[in-house]
Parts: sequence; C-alpha cells; structure tokens
Amino acid sequence: MKSKTLMSSVTLMNSVSTTRFGHDRSVLMTAPVELDRPEAEEVVATQRPWITIVWNDPVNLMNYVTYVFMTYFSYPREKAEQLMMQVHQEGRAVVSSGRREEMERDVAAMHSYGLWATLMRDD
Amino acid sequence: MSEVVRGFTRTLTGRIVLRVDIVEKGLLATLLEQLIEFVSPESADSDADPLAAIVGIAEDAQRPEDPALARLFPDAYPDDPEASADFRRYTERGLREAKAAAATTALNSLEESGEKITLTVDQAQAWLGALADIRLALGSRLEITEDNHEELANLPDEDPRSGMFHLYDWLTYLTETLVRCLMPR
Repeated sequence: MKSKTLMSSVTLMNSVSTTRFGHDRSVLMTAPVELDRPEAEEVVATQRPWITIVWNDPVNLMNYVTYVFMTYFSYPREKAEQLMMQVHQEGRAVVSSGRREEMERDVAAMHSYGLWATLMRDD
Repeated sequence: MSEVVRGFTRTLTGRIVLRVDIVEKGLLATLLEQLIEFVSPESADSDADPLAAIVGIAEDAQRPEDPALARLFPDAYPDDPEASADFRRYTERGLREAKAAAATTALNSLEESGEKITLTVDQAQAWLGALADIRLALGSRLEITEDNHEELANLPDEDPRSGMFHLYDWLTYLTETLVRCLMPR
C-alpha cells in the first residue's frame, strides 16, 4: 500500500519536475511565455548577469561530464570537452550564463545529473 | 576476466544491452533499492501543505547533514545560505523524486529481465543517472579523492572499505561502457 502511494506520487512529481527542470531545454526556451518579454528584461538578458559554475569532483567520469554538457546544453563535442577539461584541470568552469531563473534551472539540471554546480552573479 | 565482455553494449538497432550474471544482478538490484530509499523524500507528513507537495515545494528543506546526501543535493549559492535554502525549497523535492524515479525505472528493467537486459535509450539514461548517484554516494562514504584510488584499491580484504571500493570500481566500469553507448555521435 505504502509503496503504491509512493509510486504514484513519484510519477506525478517526476512530471512536475520535468516541466520545471526538464532536460529538453529547447522546449523550455521556446515556450510562448518567453516570446513576449518586455524590453527591460531583454536588456538584462543581454547583460547576462548570472553564471552557472560546475566544480570538479573526484567521482564523475570525464566522458560522463562531457556527455552531460552535450546532452543538456546541446553543446558541440569540442566545446563540451573543453569545458570538461577546464573543470578537471582548473577545478571549475562557467558552463552557462543568463537570467537568474535560467541559471537556477541549469543548476538544478546539473544536480539531477549528479554534477556539483552553483550559481552566482557575474561580477 | 569475463567482465571484459560484460557491461553495456549498443546493438545495431540502437538498443542498449546490459549483460550481468546472477550475482551482479542481485548486487545492482540491492544498490538501486538502497538508492531509492536514500533519495526519497522523508515519508509524507500529513500536516504538510498538499498544494506545496503537488508543485514540489518542500516547506522545511535544509542542507542534509549526511555528507553523501549533501553531495547529491548541494547548496546552489555557496556564499548565501538564505538563497540556498530558498533554492532547496523549490527544487530539492522534485530532484529527489526524479532521482528515485530514474532508479525505479532501472530497477524495473532489471527485474523484468534475465541476465541480458535490453534497454531503450530512455531506460538507459535512467540507468546512467542512477549509476552516477550510487557512485557519488559510495564515493562519499569512501572519502574518495583524486589521489587515493590506489590506496583504496590495495586495502586488505578485512577492511570494510575494500569490498565497497571494488563495488565502486565495477560501477565505474559499467558507467564507462554506458556513456560510450549513449554518447551522441
């Protein structure tokens, strides 16, 4: 009984979280609500004031990190590998930038893949 | 040495196949069950706001004390505890549910098959996420760093970490083979 309740709630929650932090970025970014932004917000978006940082960790495999950058951000292999190497060698890399809500979505997505990610203002 | 032909492989039709023996299958099932229990949100509180639960807001999400859980659900704002707590309130429940759902998908595929498990790409992606989470949890328990692999690999058998490290090492191998199957060409 308990596990049945858990399962139905898992299914429900999973669909909710997929909507909010789904991997299919293009769907999220082409949602109609994104199309009519007031001008003020476009200015903020151009300034790109927030950044997502992925930090090195001793567990995640190099090819896995590359795979995540290619899959979630749709980065070409070369860019994904460069970022992965930067994480590996320098301890961290900026993997995306944009509005704060977008960066929160990226950070949550990185956490869903098990990558250690944070966000901050790009001062 | 039979391990060389094991792990995940990709078929010509694009499906992904995992071959395991009965012992390995039992180990994977146990690990996936433990992961589901580990990441699932604390049992539902009947006083909790049902609407908050439906939209995935955890009312009292705090940084987990367990280092393995803290690694799976890290602070989003390293220098801002308040913003981190806010972020946690809006994301952690959904993340926990998604991780548990991925592990459940992997576990179901294991239980529905024999020693040859054939997966769709979606199922394989669920496996990849679950393997990453299990390795992060084990890595945290083992206090793995960039430099102590050899030390851990050479622990005497009676050291409880020895078995855990060999398990971790095997999961690393499985992950390598699975990433190779899923990597966009």
